[in-house]
Amino acid sequence: MSSDAVGTTSLNSSAHVEAARLRRGLSTLLRITRMNLRHSRLVAFAFGSTIVAAILQMLIPQLLGRAVDQTQMAIRGGVTGIAAEHALWTPALLLLAVGALRGLFTMAQNYFAEAVGHHVAYELRLACYDKIQRLSFSFHDQVHSGDLITLGMLDLDGVRMYFSTALVRVLLLTMLIGIGAYTMISTDLVLGVVALSFVPFVAWRSSVTQLRLRTTWLDLQERLSVLSRVMEENLAGIRVVRAFSAQAYEMPKFDRASKNALDLAHGQVDVYVPNTSAMTLSFFFALGLVLWIGCNRLIAGEIRVGTLTTFLAFMTILQMPVRQVGLMVNAFARASTCGSRIFGLLDQDITIRDAPGARPLEISGGTLRFDNVSFAYSGTGNSAVLKNITFEARRGETIAIVGPPGSGKSTMAHLIPRFYDVTGGTITFDGQDIRGVTLATLRKAIVVVQQDAFLFSTTIENNIAYGDPWAKEQRIERASESAQLHNYILGLPAGYETVVGERGASLSGGQRQRLTIARTMMLRPSIVVFDDSTAAIDAATEQRIGAAIRRLAKDRVTIIIAHRLSSLMHADKILFFDNGEIVERGTHQELLAKRGRYKALYDLQLRPGDDIAIAYRGAP
Amino acid sequence: MAKGHASELETEPNDEGRRPPRAVVGSHRIEEEMFGRAFDKNIIRRIWAFARPYRAMVVISVAALLIFIGTQLLIPLIIRYAIDHAMTPAGVDRSALLTAAGAFALAILGNFGASYTQETVVGKMALNVLFDIRRAMFGHLQKVSLSFMDKTEVGRLMSRLQGDVNSIHEFLETSVYSVGDIALLFGIVFVMLWLDFRLGLMTLSVLPALLIIRIVWLPRAREAFMAARETNSVVNGALAEAIHGVRTVQSMDRQQVNFILYDDKAHADLRAHLIAARYAQVMVPIVDGLTGLAMAVVIVAGGSMVMNARIDVGVLVAYLFYIQRFFDPIRSLTLQYSVMQRAMASGRRLTDVLDVKIEVQDKPDARVLSPEMDGSVEFRDVTFGYNPNQPVLRNISFRVNPGETVALVGPTGSGKSSAMALVHRFYDVQRGQVLIGGHDVRDLTQESLGRQIAMVLQEPFLFTGTVFENIRYHKTEATRDKVIEAAKAVGAHHFIMSLPNGYEARLGERGGNLSLGQRQLISFARALVADAKILVLDEATANIDSYSEMLIQNALRKLLEGRTGLVIAHRLATIRGADRIIVLQNGQVIETGNHDKLMAMGGLYSKLYNLNYASFDDIAEEKLDTPALAGFRT
Repeated sequence: MSSDAVGTTSLNSSAHVEAARLRRGLSTLLRITRMNLRHSRLVAFAFGSTIVAAILQMLIPQLLGRAVDQTQMAIRGGVTGIAAEHALWTPALLLLAVGALRGLFTMAQNYFAEAVGHHVAYELRLACYDKIQRLSFSFHDQVHSGDLITLGMLDLDGVRMYFSTALVRVLLLTMLIGIGAYTMISTDLVLGVVALSFVPFVAWRSSVTQLRLRTTWLDLQERLSVLSRVMEENLAGIRVVRAFSAQAYEMPKFDRASKNALDLAHGQVDVYVPNTSAMTLSFFFALGLVLWIGCNRLIAGEIRVGTLTTFLAFMTILQMPVRQVGLMVNAFARASTCGSRIFGLLDQDITIRDAPGARPLEISGGTLRFDNVSFAYSGTGNSAVLKNITFEARRGETIAIVGPPGSGKSTMAHLIPRFYDVTGGTITFDGQDIRGVTLATLRKAIVVVQQDAFLFSTTIENNIAYGDPWAKEQRIERASESAQLHNYILGLPAGYETVVGERGASLSGGQRQRLTIARTMMLRPSIVVFDDSTAAIDAATEQRIGAAIRRLAKDRVTIIIAHRLSSLMHADKILFFDNGEIVERGTHQELLAKRGRYKALYDLQLRPGDDIAIAYRGAP
Repeated sequence: MAKGHASELETEPNDEGRRPPRAVVGSHRIEEEMFGRAFDKNIIRRIWAFARPYRAMVVISVAALLIFIGTQLLIPLIIRYAIDHAMTPAGVDRSALLTAAGAFALAILGNFGASYTQETVVGKMALNVLFDIRRAMFGHLQKVSLSFMDKTEVGRLMSRLQGDVNSIHEFLETSVYSVGDIALLFGIVFVMLWLDFRLGLMTLSVLPALLIIRIVWLPRAREAFMAARETNSVVNGALAEAIHGVRTVQSMDRQQVNFILYDDKAHADLRAHLIAARYAQVMVPIVDGLTGLAMAVVIVAGGSMVMNARIDVGVLVAYLFYIQRFFDPIRSLTLQYSVMQRAMASGRRLTDVLDVKIEVQDKPDARVLSPEMDGSVEFRDVTFGYNPNQPVLRNISFRVNPGETVALVGPTGSGKSSAMALVHRFYDVQRGQVLIGGHDVRDLTQESLGRQIAMVLQEPFLFTGTVFENIRYHKTEATRDKVIEAAKAVGAHHFIMSLPNGYEARLGERGGNLSLGQRQLISFARALVADAKILVLDEATANIDSYSEMLIQNALRKLLEGRTGLVIAHRLATIRGADRIIVLQNGQVIETGNHDKLMAMGGLYSKLYNLNYASFDDIAEEKLDTPALAGFRT
């Protein structure tokens, strides 16, 4: 009894889930359809030409039939000679005209249908780009960049094809089958039904197969991506593979992934081939039946040869679009999944945005204050990454942050330009809560030099001027000089015009970092945060950059997060972070005198020894 | 080169000042030609070499294809026979009608069987060849020299292994269909001429017109298609850039500028696609018009022939059937031309990779290095350079005794890493000998040599999979206990257990969910499980935080126990722990000895040491330039 009840509810709920999914799918399709219909002129042209093209196409079999009949009648009636031959000209010219016109309208139908799709794709492309650029860090932390790229390429394509492969095709197919069925059945009921008999079978087979292929196709993509991961990891880690002489291990690994994908691909062949063959067979079977019955009727004098020709021609015309019913069904399914992914992105809330009535940041004294700030990433069960952080930094001051990995240093840096919003307390700049000022002015004033330097695929010059694309050459060179990069750049064959980034010349980690530092120096920010941005730079260069940073620090707040103590000893204030809290604070000398965590770290870095390690580890 | 490229990417400055002169989004360079010559004998031969194992399948599929085409040609003839012979003006010929019905049934069954066989065989054969080519390339890349791998981006190789093999696949599939198309075209022409030569000639007269139009159309259309493809990859590139660089974009507040620039590109893409669509569709009315023309010819000329009793009505009907078919092969043949061009371009890129010479190879009489060997490493007058004219190591000789730990020390570019690579025979020396356990590495099989040498690289590289799989790696016979024991020995057990699934925790891309120090510890454990006689390690330095360092130092000690160790050492702690220190400079050994001895010598080493840094990497170039050291720098 009770198990029954459970069974029913789960059944109900699964049906419920199914229904909900269907509803969601339909509402996605509706939304895409609405987007398409907004291009009303193009849509009207596309639909109009489709209707005309279908009608014209269905005229062809009748004209053919008439021509054949005319010939036969001429023979039967004994009318020969010039007059009879002239009678043939009418259907012939009509055929030519109808053929050419049908071609023109089909062209218009295809063109306008594609144009609608491309216009919708263009709009969606811009919308996605805009959204992606504006969504806050917490979104990008959670979403794999590869997924977003796929969304912008494949999913967009799925939606683009919707109008031409789904909507227009439905109209065309309805018109063709409708006109064909009407003409054939009204001409001869039995023959008409037989001629159309292949339509439902082929349409059904085609839909079932396409849907099945779609699932295996998604599966195949999955297996192929496993295969590419195996290959890519092997190639990227080729030194490890060689170091362990692991070729004998890697080849079978590749073979397994490869065979997995190949088997499924073979399976796909086994799904679609019998099916296309069966569809062809059923068409020919219907054709044979029409011929058999037709010939018998012909003999009985019930129909003429022309009628039979008309029927055969109708069937030939219908064959192709009916086979494509599956593709049409697939287009609907694809548009629905692709569309739901795209709308999923477009409907994301931008959590960090200008508050209503936000005002531009006004900079006066240049004082940054953290007041009892706490922070937790959303969806991590609220374990706080930062707790009760309070400190103040004035213009001209340099604040250094140290602490073990995961102590919340970078997180703190990201709160200042509002890449994330605090979950407790306030951050103010010159007395203004950063959540009350406009993002644009805030981020102009505060720049974080990121840990992993991202370079854009353009020239070095444009990369340095990224935040100030109007900048003059001299300023760019000055910035790169102070980042200790100028001489290196001049040594490159194309100098400042050298293209870097993904497809450009590869720079070493240190060079990339220096480039990002130069990029930051261009902006003249009021607060600059170096988020462990000198880790990949050798100590010598770092010292030289350090001098530049110090010069830069004169009229702004500088926050340096670093592991290497040598780069932060000169700071006005050092904050030691652990577990999201400030556990020690003071100047270098003060902290050394304290003989606490900072001192332990200092000793460790200067001259590692076991005794210190024990002392260090002793601290919780 | 870069200059012209960059200026072409920049936006025009006269655009209301909204488009800043230096702002660019995305970038696109046509890295490689998409189309080659349509026919390249050498490439075809190379591709055929891969199809050869399946030649029986090729023969079957071509045979089935011909049967398939034959039945397609036959069906209108059967209809014609039924109309003309079963229904003679004299009356009904029942037996002829039955013959026709029987023939029809046979034809459609033959058609079914042939299409089934042909499509299955071709589909599977092409897939097999695709996977075989990929395997051959992948296998080849496992053997080519590391300097080739260093020079070549992984992305580029991946596009060979994915994109290029796919266009070969496409080519193989379509080339069988091309055979079918040609057969069908000739078949239709033959049957039409055979039924009635004059009517056939008249109908076929529209063919040259179509052919000429297509020849004029094709290059222009292809240009439009390529333009659309290119603008598409430009917008996609710009989107990818926005996604990867979103943090920088937001922190530099470039959203608005970027959006305007992106709009330019997206709009150019829209325009290019609309133009391409126009080119694609313009052929539709031409083909339809010509089909209509051919039908009109058949009706007028054929009709009068029927009236003059020159031909039967059935012939007329058959003609109308053939006309509906005979434009198809021409249409698909011109499309296959592009497929062939693409395949040739891809084929050349593939053969380029397959032809990369394998430099380090086992000798035919290479011996297996016994696990019982003593574990000594010796360099005898070794000279080596990646480019033979620029030696990185010059005449180096040293010996590491079994069980000894030797630290290699020296400034960047002194040849430390190259010396390490030679121990494992990643490259062959130009002069001299590298001996492992007393054997020249060139006389040993690479496999057995590798088994006795474990290497830990500066950049720890982890594979997707669980922690357990990563530690065990190729030692598939290693038990779970052994893996845990190794992890405990290097001090990784503790943090592994704190991961959600312990040893079964799945690592993200490249172990992204672990810190660098943790990844390094796992790679230490991996080396320990490999259980080799000789351990070679490039001690990671700058990127490791001080907190992981203690753990790593302890792990090292454990790792080196009972093994011959060659360490590129950066940290003083490691260096001091070594039995012997070899100081390299400019590819030569300048000092050897233990810490105390070298300190007493008062050379480069003692100078470096006295600079009081935790790691030699932290020492600034300027400090090395002190007069006291000038003598060492040549």
